[in-house]
Amino acid sequence: MALDKTGIAKRIAQELQDGWYVNLGIGIPTLVANYIPEDIEVEFQSENGILGMGPFPFEGEEDADLINAGKQTITARPGAVFFDSATSFAMIRGQHVQLTVLGAMEVAQNGDIANWKIPGKMVKGMGGAMDLVASAENIIVAMMHTNKAGESKILKECSLPLTGVGCVKKVVTNLAVLEIKDGQFHLVERAPGVSVEEIIAATEGDLVVPDNVPEMNI
Amino acid sequence: MNKVVNNVEDACKGIESGMTLMLGGFGLCGIPENSIAQLVKMGVKDLTCISNNAGVDDFGLGLLLQGKQIKKMVSSYVGENDEFERQMLSGELEVDLIPQGSLAERCRAGGAGIPAFFTPAGYGTEVAEGKEVREFNGKPHILETALTADFAIVKAWKGDTEGNLVFKATARNFNPMMAMAGKITIAEVEELVPAGELDPNEIHTPGIFVQRIFKGETFEKRIEQRTVRQK
Repeated sequence: MALDKTGIAKRIAQELQDGWYVNLGIGIPTLVANYIPEDIEVEFQSENGILGMGPFPFEGEEDADLINAGKQTITARPGAVFFDSATSFAMIRGQHVQLTVLGAMEVAQNGDIANWKIPGKMVKGMGGAMDLVASAENIIVAMMHTNKAGESKILKECSLPLTGVGCVKKVVTNLAVLEIKDGQFHLVERAPGVSVEEIIAATEGDLVVPDNVPEMNI
Repeated sequence: MNKVVNNVEDACKGIESGMTLMLGGFGLCGIPENSIAQLVKMGVKDLTCISNNAGVDDFGLGLLLQGKQIKKMVSSYVGENDEFERQMLSGELEVDLIPQGSLAERCRAGGAGIPAFFTPAGYGTEVAEGKEVREFNGKPHILETALTADFAIVKAWKGDTEGNLVFKATARNFNPMMAMAGKITIAEVEELVPAGELDPNEIHTPGIFVQRIFKGETFEKRIEQRTVRQK
């Protein structure tokens, strides 16, 4: 069975390490915060200006002045701090944030990522995505392996306008965990019950498949 | 130095059609809503607005878009606004999309007397087109120039008569950098107190960056995405 969005978030949560500052993008990445392993401590940064982001508020306790980068009402954990946008991106560009998790429309085998624009259709803007991918040492992309028409989003080359070049090293999809090395995708794990053949069929980019591909443990 | 003006009318005096404005806020959080309402009333047109977002159809900068008062938007993210999309696709509205961190730093630089800087953000993308590229520490960067404005309009939680400002939670966002980058900076605040009442240790924006300050009449503070959890 291919993973659902929650499954992808759970698998990415396993990548978190104690003491990390983490920026989560909008969509599937936001769900990662729900599955932090109990024995570690991480702090979430949201680029609109908070470190130490907590869960959504209880009904009736929403504060219009306290939101995340997805403009959702949130809470602040004890020890949280607020700052301006320039300071926020100093944290990001200055590589003080250890992990960035974000969504993508396309990823290519050279590490390019496209996630902000479909010419003539969707032009909402890149927000902070270009700053995030250009600077982060450690980027995990959370995405579906194929689009609704069944076409691969794991490509030899991106066809959409790029967000960043050569920056993605790891991708977690509904079918697999992939690493990008030496201009190729490498199959690291497969979703429970998903065969290697299914993953090969859903991947347009060059894919290196080892003899033994373990199942994800979720 | 007393920076207090009586009301929003006096605060916005001198804003004319064709000017470049900076407006603080992220989404609808921390936007100068009283001043935006006044700009609608004044009917100034052909504005260039530098603001991270463009509001929603019936609030924030969306109100200026409805009246076709904006000629050009300089932003990082403009979703959630149908009228914006319509005007952009029909070519009525010029749009300059900038990575969020570059937008913040360009405002900061404008206020800090730094004419330009190199950043890795946007290298190899459309954003880099026509910009100088230089390698530092083995990594390519693009040259981004500073932004300034005829007027910067910011919103703070508390301010004093000297123009010193304190922001609340994530309503701070772009407001401090934009306050620095305006030739004239207008601050609208929820609470206006006499000089000496704010703790100097806890002021976010020093009053030197603010020329006019007033207490906003009403703050709707609309929430764009109300997300809650159950008790």
